Amino acid sequence: MVQGAETATATAARRRTARGKEPAITREELLRAYRDMLLIRRFEEKAGQLYGMGLIGGFCHLYIGQEAVVVGMQMCIKPGDQVITSYRDHGHMLACGMDPRGVMAELTGRIGGYSKGKGGSMHMFSIEKGFYGGHGIVGAQVSLGTGLAFANWYRGNDHVCLTYFGEGASNQGQVYESFNLAALFKLPVVYIIENNKYGMGTSVERASASKDLSKNGAPWGIPGEQVDGMDVIAVKEAGERAVAYCRAGNGPYLLEMKTYRYRGHSMSDPAKYRTREEVQRMREQRDCIETARKRLLEMGLDEAALKKVDDEVKAIVQDAADFAQASPEPPESELWTDVLVEEEGR
Amino acid sequence: MAGTQILMPALSPTMTEGKLARWLKKEGDTVKPGDVIAEIETDKATMEVEAVDEGVLTRILVPEGTEGVAVNAPIAELNGGGGGGGGSAAPAADRAPAAPATPAAPAEARPAPAAPAARAAAPRAPEERAAAPEKDWGPTRPLTVREALRDAMAAEMRADDRVFLMGEEVAQYQGAYKVSQGLLDEFGPRRVIDTPISEHGFTGLAVGAAFAGLRPIVEFMTFNFSMQAIDQIINSAAKTHYMSGGQVRCPIVFRGPNGAAARVAAQHSQDFSSWYAHCPGLKVVAPWSSADAKGLLRAAIRDPNPVVFLEHEILYGQTFECPIAEDFVLPIGKAKVEREGRDVTLVAHSIAVGLAMQAAEELARAGIEAEVINLRTLRPLDIATVVRSVRKTNRLVTVEEGWPFAGIGAEVAMQVIEHAFDWLDAPPVRIAGRDVPMPYAANLEKLALPNAAEVVEAAKRVTYRA
Repeated sequence: MVQGAETATATAARRRTARGKEPAITREELLRAYRDMLLIRRFEEKAGQLYGMGLIGGFCHLYIGQEAVVVGMQMCIKPGDQVITSYRDHGHMLACGMDPRGVMAELTGRIGGYSKGKGGSMHMFSIEKGFYGGHGIVGAQVSLGTGLAFANWYRGNDHVCLTYFGEGASNQGQVYESFNLAALFKLPVVYIIENNKYGMGTSVERASASKDLSKNGAPWGIPGEQVDGMDVIAVKEAGERAVAYCRAGNGPYLLEMKTYRYRGHSMSDPAKYRTREEVQRMREQRDCIETARKRLLEMGLDEAALKKVDDEVKAIVQDAADFAQASPEPPESELWTDVLVEEEGR
Repeated sequence: MAGTQILMPALSPTMTEGKLARWLKKEGDTVKPGDVIAEIETDKATMEVEAVDEGVLTRILVPEGTEGVAVNAPIAELNGGGGGGGGSAAPAADRAPAAPATPAAPAEARPAPAAPAARAAAPRAPEERAAAPEKDWGPTRPLTVREALRDAMAAEMRADDRVFLMGEEVAQYQGAYKVSQGLLDEFGPRRVIDTPISEHGFTGLAVGAAFAGLRPIVEFMTFNFSMQAIDQIINSAAKTHYMSGGQVRCPIVFRGPNGAAARVAAQHSQDFSSWYAHCPGLKVVAPWSSADAKGLLRAAIRDPNPVVFLEHEILYGQTFECPIAEDFVLPIGKAKVEREGRDVTLVAHSIAVGLAMQAAEELARAGIEAEVINLRTLRPLDIATVVRSVRKTNRLVTVEEGWPFAGIGAEVAMQVIEHAFDWLDAPPVRIAGRDVPMPYAANLEKLALPNAAEVVEAAKRVTYRA
């Protein structure tokens, strides 16, 4: 189980909601979130399946279990804001509205993929959708995301950058260099630690002397919160506070999302570091999609409406899988393209 | 609904077959997505296999205990409630690994692409035609390299608001080596930005800003400190354009003094020419004169790619004639013949061009006419200019300050052998820094660096005049 998931902050947020100043989320919003989380879940299951069939190679880090984090945060931003993350990135791309076909075809290494098959699972981008990768070096995206936020500051606009990283990356030195720079220049960046408890096979307790990662920005005056990352409503509430703070020019904000991945770190992960019972307990008791589903039924939605969403999602994923298998491999000429921008300087 | 087949899954990038160790469901059982249905032994571990689709397990096709089951072979049939496509199973967690888990190397998974076809599009041999003469930029005036660099940045910052300078001590202190003198006054703190001592952090920040369309100039107080940030320079700046299929650009300049300073010992005296020139996705420029510095830095700032711009502290105070034309700029990727000669080709970059020029004068007094090529750019390397010269002189001496092993001289010599082997009348000779960390003691430091006398000696050797 996620120790400390019921943190003071998350509980306080829920209390505020219970007192009911304003509804934390409308039924339409929650249904949309349910649909987006389900799309990620089904997409990732399909990716695992294609991997099993040998159609996807190399590393493949699935997001199953953590869907509420990225879907909740995405509800807090607007077009023109930026998103950047690590190598566990399929969920972030789908949440940004990137085409599932292009993402799946990149996983299969085909020309129809977002990077024409040259990036793979960990390296996809869509500037149009505000998604800046997809980065394979643990922690590198934290400095890069700080730079995306710097560009907003430089241009004097009110856009923010959501910069995601794992609790494992939170031990990298450049994370703290970035915290210092962002606080010094008051950059509009929301740092989101997706604490899924395990950096590959090393539990957070064995890796981090800091017991409350939301306080890791405190020396630089960066406000932080721990959030129940298995609850999309709690994520959205905290995300709105963080984004509003950054948009107003106050500088960076830190959210520690207490979450959990059900699958291995990558595909060949024998998972000796945790018990099957621990995983099962999270799936049965804390699953973000099941929680949203129950809540929607309580809000008066009927099973038929949910079934319709399930069917729609299933069709999208199947279509993406079909496309990813039908799209050809990149032509051999692609080996030599995109090394440099072949253009005269400005 | 028709049944779907459950296929033998690949559980690692390298697995081609495995042993079906145990069935945890039997025929007639109902399975849900996520249920563990079987255990499979691979060369690495015993893994559990989860069902992907929902349905009733109608038939087990491969009994437990079967070894050598090929990936993608049907192992069971499912009479599905869920529908959907071809049902494979997904790898899950193991219970008793046979060996410690290690992440498998993805590179092994696929055969290498067919080399001959792929090579067809590779960079071509140097062109045979004569070089276009360098444009005449008109009147010149004396200018130090330091002033030339500052003027280049100022001109580009005036022309384009996206250009900004960041680094340690670049603003209020006016530059650790005074290269950015006056820029804060003209452009203000938004565009001339002092950073804390955080090379890794501010380099990553600048690369992110370039992804977002700005045009950062990152000053490293010296290139020695770029090693703190080299992951961001190579893995983020140089590779992202390729990894994004051409979508993301990184127009950025990394600049600062490179190479040996004076009496600062090994950690502060190192030449990074061959380090950066090794990497596709970067352009690497190493100017010598004031004109090189000004013309090439302007081109680097305008370039849509990441450019590593290697200056030299010892050259900062040296004065050269530099064109005064407002629009003066030099092309990246073109070498310059600094001095024409028929007897031997001396190829150099950065401060070593000075050594080569000194040597050429001395050689002239001995009746040997050396042609001196200032490479100016190390990547892309203008090998055509070098080859053209060697076909005339039939002799090659390379001169550089960096270490000899896998250095720029090694690359130049190899390319000359590839393109002009039959024109060579003597084995090429390389003059380089000694293969040791830079010592502090004045006498040892002098011994560690190349000098003009060595170049003279080498030139005499290859012309058989020694």
